[in-house]
Amino acid sequence: MSKRSYVEEALSDWMKGNGPEADVVISSRIRIARNLTGHPFPMLATNQQAQDVMKQLTAVADTGKLEDYGPFETIALSQLSELERRVLVEKHLISPNLANESRSGAVMLSGNEAVSIMVNEEDHLRIQCLYPGFQIKEAWGLASRIDDIFEEETDYAFDERRGYLTSCPTNVGTGIRSSVMMHLPGLVLTQQINRILSAITQVGLAVRGIYGEGSEATGNLFQISNQITLGQSEGEIIENLHNVARQIIEHERAARQRLLEDSKVRLEDRVQRSYGILSHAMIMDSKEAAQRLSDVRLGIDLGLIGDVSPQVMNEMMVLTQPGFLQQVFNEKMSPEQRDIRRAELIRKQLQHSESDHGGV
Amino acid sequence: MLCQECEKKPATLHFTKIVNGEKTEFHICEACARERGEGIPGTANGFSIHSLLSGLLDFEQASAMNAIGAKPQQQIRCENCGLTYTQFSKMGRFGCSNCYVQFGNKLDPILKRVHGSTSHVGKVPKRAGEQIQLRREIEALRLDLQTRIEQEDFENAAQIRDRIRELERNVAEAEEKHG
Repeated sequence: MSKRSYVEEALSDWMKGNGPEADVVISSRIRIARNLTGHPFPMLATNQQAQDVMKQLTAVADTGKLEDYGPFETIALSQLSELERRVLVEKHLISPNLANESRSGAVMLSGNEAVSIMVNEEDHLRIQCLYPGFQIKEAWGLASRIDDIFEEETDYAFDERRGYLTSCPTNVGTGIRSSVMMHLPGLVLTQQINRILSAITQVGLAVRGIYGEGSEATGNLFQISNQITLGQSEGEIIENLHNVARQIIEHERAARQRLLEDSKVRLEDRVQRSYGILSHAMIMDSKEAAQRLSDVRLGIDLGLIGDVSPQVMNEMMVLTQPGFLQQVFNEKMSPEQRDIRRAELIRKQLQHSESDHGGV
Repeated sequence: MLCQECEKKPATLHFTKIVNGEKTEFHICEACARERGEGIPGTANGFSIHSLLSGLLDFEQASAMNAIGAKPQQQIRCENCGLTYTQFSKMGRFGCSNCYVQFGNKLDPILKRVHGSTSHVGKVPKRAGEQIQLRREIEALRLDLQTRIEQEDFENAAQIRDRIRELERNVAEAEEKHG
């Protein structure tokens, strides 16, 4: 496994499989924050101190204890070009913060890219587990086992009253951020989304997404995560997110069913129109791409489009990002050039996918 | 509606952020959102949670000062990393794990505000926390015991009681060993 595959392939291995409830939940993620006791947090650390922390933490990978969870590779951020960093951010393997601000930053990546362990991000250690579909509990199980390995080898900053101590007071306690990325076109189209999202925020969860004109979100993608990390156990935090997400899944499915029953032709028109545009357009900006891809994904999930695989949609979500486009075509581009290349790439992908499935 | 940052372009992004039940709304244009790194999926670490947070912290400090007659408080400084409480309240970040000890109870109001709670109830590190873990387990068993008794499930209650006694002996022994 080399650095190359991490930056050249759009789809992590783990993303190729279909997770449970993949029609609504794209991915589940757990991130836990840990620090070493006595060492200044990365923001205040001198270069020497940051180096020491990096050595201590990357040495854990050398013990071989992580190997149960796949081959790991340690990459120092200093080995990566700006573009390579950007690609890793677009694949959600590292955070923008690690890519842009970290001194002596490093990442330990598992071969299938399900686990990404960041060193000297805002905290000394950030363990991230990313699963396809709705598998938030599984992601926590894995993150917690990896956490145990680091705890055996290093001295964590832990306080009986405050829990795991973190650089930012918003993470203290469990240090856990659990999130699910959901595709909710049904709730957006039936205009229930605002009501549901505001209900979510009442129960200690946060929703992120871009809101376009009115209440329509670009790409209809929403990330729902816990805000509270202190005073609730990891189990409670995850259970809460799990239950809320479960309810949203049911609402989303009901909304899609209603759309199919009440306005099937209009829905089909929307889906096929977007499919047609993606298959033939010559210029495609990222906002339009996100919206059209959302329509096509909905069409696939409802069986209205049969000849494109859902994985292609996951792949295109990453491929059409600015950094990845430049990586694929191996050139620096202006935004206008990117829109042309993006359209080109989408056309190719869709044709490719159709021939794979024996379509037209 | 115009963007509340630049007041020039129309606001196309509407955010509602709720931290511990407190609602903040932003209406901004895309350019300003980008500038602020405001929650654009995949690119932003999100949030100016730090600016929001330092607002809260300043507020706490100001009200504390008013309460004691507007006299500047004696500066608390972390012995390990040198961060002062004032610096912490400006940045919204700690300098090292020792800051939590040094700033002590002063942190209660802000933690309460952010999380609605001031103490941890979750995972405990195995190596560092054997004792803590035992005590937590005993606490959980006591709660269980209570419910069993209420349900008149005396058979299981007796078992749980014995288990609690056993664990308590372990705690006592370990404490003796460590002096």
